[in-house]
Amino acid sequence: MKIHEYQAKALIQSYGIPIPRGHIAKNPEDTLKAAQAIKKGPFVVKAQVHAGGRGKAGGISIVETPVEAEAFAAEILGTRLITGQSGDEGKPVHTLLVEEALLSKMEVYLGIAIDRSKGCPVILASARGGMEIEKVAEESPGMVITEEVHPAVGLRPFQSSRISYGIQFEGRLVKKMSAIIQNLYRLFIDKDCSLAEINPLVVTRDGEMVALDAKLNFDDYALFRHPDIVALRDLSQENPLEIEASKYNLNYIKLKGNVGCMVNGAGLAMATMDLIKLSGAEPANFLDVGGGATAEMVREGFKLLLFDEEVKVIFINIFGGILRCDTLAKGVVEAAKELSIDLPTVVRLEGTNVAEGRKIFAESGLEFTIASGLGEAASKVALALRGRSVL
Amino acid sequence: MRYAPCRNEMSILIDQNTKVIIQGITGGEGAFHARQMKEYGTKVVAGVTPGKGGQKFEDVPVFNTVRDAVENTGANASAIFVPPPFAADAIMEAVDAKLETVVCLTEGIPTLDMIAAKQFMKGTNSKLIGPNTPGIISPGKCKIGVMAGYIHIPGRVGVTSRSGTLTYEVVDQLTKLGIGQSSCVGIGGDPIIGLSFVDILKLFEKDKNTDIVIIIGEIGGRAEEEAADFFRKNMSKPVVAFIAGITSPPGRRMGHAGAIVSGGVGGAREKIDTLEKTGITVVKNPAEIGETVARVLAVRKFA
Repeated sequence: MKIHEYQAKALIQSYGIPIPRGHIAKNPEDTLKAAQAIKKGPFVVKAQVHAGGRGKAGGISIVETPVEAEAFAAEILGTRLITGQSGDEGKPVHTLLVEEALLSKMEVYLGIAIDRSKGCPVILASARGGMEIEKVAEESPGMVITEEVHPAVGLRPFQSSRISYGIQFEGRLVKKMSAIIQNLYRLFIDKDCSLAEINPLVVTRDGEMVALDAKLNFDDYALFRHPDIVALRDLSQENPLEIEASKYNLNYIKLKGNVGCMVNGAGLAMATMDLIKLSGAEPANFLDVGGGATAEMVREGFKLLLFDEEVKVIFINIFGGILRCDTLAKGVVEAAKELSIDLPTVVRLEGTNVAEGRKIFAESGLEFTIASGLGEAASKVALALRGRSVL
Repeated sequence: MRYAPCRNEMSILIDQNTKVIIQGITGGEGAFHARQMKEYGTKVVAGVTPGKGGQKFEDVPVFNTVRDAVENTGANASAIFVPPPFAADAIMEAVDAKLETVVCLTEGIPTLDMIAAKQFMKGTNSKLIGPNTPGIISPGKCKIGVMAGYIHIPGRVGVTSRSGTLTYEVVDQLTKLGIGQSSCVGIGGDPIIGLSFVDILKLFEKDKNTDIVIIIGEIGGRAEEEAADFFRKNMSKPVVAFIAGITSPPGRRMGHAGAIVSGGVGGAREKIDTLEKTGITVVKNPAEIGETVARVLAVRKFA
């Protein structure tokens, strides 16, 4: 799960990491007031959206006066910001963060992530702050400092000071940097983060260290124990169909094609999308109803496909394991009857309770094209799509 | 369907002598799959549900703790069907009771919990499969997992995968061509897992009754690249691979927590290139995996 920069900053501040003075604003008037409350310019006004690359996309403005801040707010609030990471439809801007613009002597990068192969959290730091760490790693790998954290004993003080010295800090800055690393690590563990990033972390002219930007992502699997984090979710930043899907624990991602697919299991769902593409069509979505899907989840998943206006043909590809074929069939037939579908639907069923599942489809009184085998299913989908475009 | 045990055939990790306990046997999924495993012929010797010790699940005795179950039945493997908040603890309990093979089917375990569980396992002899896996099956001998048994037939092809249902798809293609499997192991789709592709490849390379291995990978992470590196350095047996997710957009998590392409790392095309360079046969069309294995086997026969 993602949260906004201002939310991330409030969290890191509560863990003792300094952030610039600032306020959020949801309209031009409040933007003016927010800047006035900071008193001294220049100010930086930042659009709060769940996508990186805001600066290049025009989502961040540095202004000298509160009136200019207000003008920028009037211009950007209510629009959709399209950045390199936002997707073509962009993300709606409804909140701005107004901060004092700080002059920095030095910018560093600090991040914490999970190293999958090593099975532990890893601290990443670099004296090249302000740019993407992936780019730094590619262009000058020697500039990225890493420290693996022992899962049982946690981040040791020698490790945080080794990072600080590695960045070429001295004296008081070593202490400040080490404390920030320790605090960010504490937050990472306390809140089950999947990524915690301060980029840039700056040294100001008066020798203070301040987080100019902050990004926190959270482990979706751990949200059950963090209601405070769940409360920070901003649904406006997500696709409406994806929100609907998440209510029923479905993994749904909207794509651009016209073959709506419902599959059980992420791997098979991805392979099904690949197959659709190979047969010359485009998948309209990724929809994994999961291993443990109930009839209700399947029904809601099927409805999602029907709500998507781009969808011309539906392809249900289920290999029963945990999800039994009869459960799937019940859900699909219920949804189809409830919504009286008129889209051609190709069904491919195999696995646990497949005979019962096929029977439910056969006795439903509805028209489904049954396929056996992936190859046959793909050609039936392509055929249905052609039939559809002729009509 | 029940197969007669074939004692002269080998497999990896589990066989007809494996004695299995089910952690979470009284839950809905645990109960359903305990029945399915028994029906397949797996020796399900005990169940564990705290607070239900002394009861019976059909004819299977239920214990409060894994240790009790092991002491009373001599079990050496476990299948875990415990809800996500408690599943990492269940893994540690199984490891603490010195079970050799621990298969965790649970999906949705917090990453930090899994890191703790893996740390707990260091220095022990237990092997963890999963979590978020369909499990493992040695066809005709033993199944610890949720896969439909009847799609498998005994044979000489080793299968390993990060995905669940996509593995069934591949196995189904093999079986329909009459090509049997020695063992099929789902390593799981989460970022932190027990045995890796490399660990499974090592076992298949050593197994006298596996002739060829199929790797079913997907976008995200570096597991396939590590497998390719191991193949190049250490394997004599041929490997066929499929990588799911060539059409997946970058930056989006495709269901599996592990399946995300970020910063150019873990993309399907990059993986396919890396694998092909080491001599692994990479199949592009998921409908043609079975045929490709058949072709590679045929070439090998007449080579």
